[in-house]
Amino acid sequence: MKTRIAGTVVVAALVIFAGYAALYIAPDERTMHEIQRIFYFHVPSWITSFTAFTVVCLANVAYLLTRQQRWDSLGVAAAEVGVIGCTIGLLTGPLWARPVWGVWWTWDARLTTTFILWLLYVSYLLLRGLLEDPERRATLSAVFGIFAYLDVPLVYVSNRLWRTQHPQPVILGGQGSGLNPTMARVLLLCVVAVFGIMIPLLLDRYRLECLRHELDELRLAVEARSTNSDSALSPATGKDRS
Amino acid sequence: MSTARAAAILLTKELRLEFRTRELLNTTIIFAMVVVVLFSFAFNPTPEESRRYGPGLLWIAFLFAGSLMLHPSFAREQSNQTLDALRMAPVSTFAILLGKMLANFIFLSLAEVVLVPVFAVLYNVSLAGVIGRLILVLVLGTLGLVITGTVFSAVSAHARMRELLLPLLLLPILAPLLIAAVEATVSLLADEPVLDRTWTTFLAGFDIVFLSASWLLCDFLLEE
Amino acid sequence: MTANSASLAHTVPETAGLGLSFERVEKRFGSFVALRDITLEILPGEFVALLGHNGAGKTTLLRIAALLMNPSSGRVQVHLASEARRGGRLQPSSAAAAAQPDADDPIAPATAKRYVGMVGHNTLLYDELTAEENLTLFAQLYGLHDIRERVARGLETCGLALRAGSAVRTFSRGMRQRLAIARTLLHGPRLLLLDEPAAGLDRQGLAWFSETLARLREGGCTVVMSTHARNESLDLATRAVLLTGGRIERDSGPRGDPRPILAALRSEA
Repeated sequence: MKTRIAGTVVVAALVIFAGYAALYIAPDERTMHEIQRIFYFHVPSWITSFTAFTVVCLANVAYLLTRQQRWDSLGVAAAEVGVIGCTIGLLTGPLWARPVWGVWWTWDARLTTTFILWLLYVSYLLLRGLLEDPERRATLSAVFGIFAYLDVPLVYVSNRLWRTQHPQPVILGGQGSGLNPTMARVLLLCVVAVFGIMIPLLLDRYRLECLRHELDELRLAVEARSTNSDSALSPATGKDRS
Repeated sequence: MSTARAAAILLTKELRLEFRTRELLNTTIIFAMVVVVLFSFAFNPTPEESRRYGPGLLWIAFLFAGSLMLHPSFAREQSNQTLDALRMAPVSTFAILLGKMLANFIFLSLAEVVLVPVFAVLYNVSLAGVIGRLILVLVLGTLGLVITGTVFSAVSAHARMRELLLPLLLLPILAPLLIAAVEATVSLLADEPVLDRTWTTFLAGFDIVFLSASWLLCDFLLEE
Repeated sequence: MTANSASLAHTVPETAGLGLSFERVEKRFGSFVALRDITLEILPGEFVALLGHNGAGKTTLLRIAALLMNPSSGRVQVHLASEARRGGRLQPSSAAAAAQPDADDPIAPATAKRYVGMVGHNTLLYDELTAEENLTLFAQLYGLHDIRERVARGLETCGLALRAGSAVRTFSRGMRQRLAIARTLLHGPRLLLLDEPAAGLDRQGLAWFSETLARLREGGCTVVMSTHARNESLDLATRAVLLTGGRIERDSGPRGDPRPILAALRSEA
């Protein structure tokens, strides 16, 4: 309990400081001025989301190899966190694009990849919702998850090749090259802050899923004991007595 | 029994079943044609626009028609649980999957054989001189579609709302394939037709990646 | 129809029986437990009557035995009888097995499939194919030789030779069941799993089925048959196992007398 409170305080402080840094410490960007500051949350959310999706794939592989329930739980927790990060990325992108470029959306390689990633993992979660048997759900969504992850590099490469053929305005104009050192440091701080939010979120969701399964196990154990103790007369089963 | 031989036997079975009823083939062809025709109503393209956007339209028509056609692949086996019989037989799971992939490939290719000339006529696109290379692009693209589609047909066979689920799962995964196939087709239909090596290799790569993944994961698809 | 061995690598000689063992098998579907702590050793040549009400777990048990379903925990294995090996006609499958000449030799699932047959609730037939095409398909999948003769013989024995060229879709319930049984017997299984096989059969069909079963038993085939109702074939049973709520409630054992348990069933039906 104490660690949770301490942890929350640390993360909250980190986020507040990161926000402050993004808004006040980071120098003003030459062309885009204030609106560019979205970049400090847009980029970290993309990084966390991609990391989360990698965790999903690893969890899927681990589940298929070991059949241990916790890997399936980790997979769904990571997928949900990843989708959140992806959604934030997709929402902040247009918020930036509109004032800067006058358009809400542009089909540049990175944005398109993010959109398809979002679609893929939302489909993953939808698939899980539509499969009822838990073992089958875990196995089949693991297979789909692996296919989805294999698709990600293909999506990115095809988009890059495509966009070099049809150049478009690049939203994060030149952010990779010649980044002012202060900006770089603020960005790093924001990445750490966003991870600081996402990782506990992931762990909590994972724990929730594990608890759900534990509850099911306990219920089974109770049922088993009640049918065991007096199978001939137990009303719970209502089955045959020979 | 070798996987290839078992897949061949199962392919014959799938073909025999389909040609007896022909329901899948007819519906797929008509549906794709409807998409092609509706496009001209929706966009009323000039000849120049037709050439530019035509390949995109063609591949979207294949993608939609294909993803609808793939659903019955495994759903068909559910009425009498014939899949149980296949799984009990001494054939590998991959053979079962491969048999269906090959059958789907043939069905979709037949639909394409009908559609491509129709498309060429309706949109005044000349295919002379590029037929061979166009066939290569069509084959590689269709392979990618049926490989992933057959796998997802198995994945969605046990889910609720499976008719809707299959396109939902399939279309995002196929986004790279769509881009590659369209670009390759566009460069073949340009004034100076050229077989774009990059995109063609990409298509082949896509097919290999997902065929390998299917082979590795096939047992998980059909187990209970 | 006598059981012939499939003409493949002679892993299982013609007179060998197949045994089946369940070790602490459990099967769960989500929070529903279909089978609990099933430990059962079926020796080659036994005829086990699997009894119990609907929902007791009989179908699940048979599906696991047919290797269609994986148990949630525990192990199921198909064995080759040790007597067959002692007869000197076979080499043991491993050094470990060779070291224990009396222990049964487990068969790998892929091999076991050639010698296992199951008749289930569903016909497992393709409605749009003809009777002959259905049988031919499965004969091919099992790698049998002389397919045409076998299929013809199979159709004749189950009385469907005249309808060989008709689609199964046009068959009555009884005819479909007969064809389903014929399909299962085509590859000469040495372990037969039957889930309510008499359902839908008319009197003639039942007579044919009982006769066929008796002949298979003479040939040494191991049979596990589930039923929840009275059935003439039960007279052939050498053992009775009663399932209740996913557990084995009563088992007459390999050398016991199944009749008391069977009698209880009869009085209810």
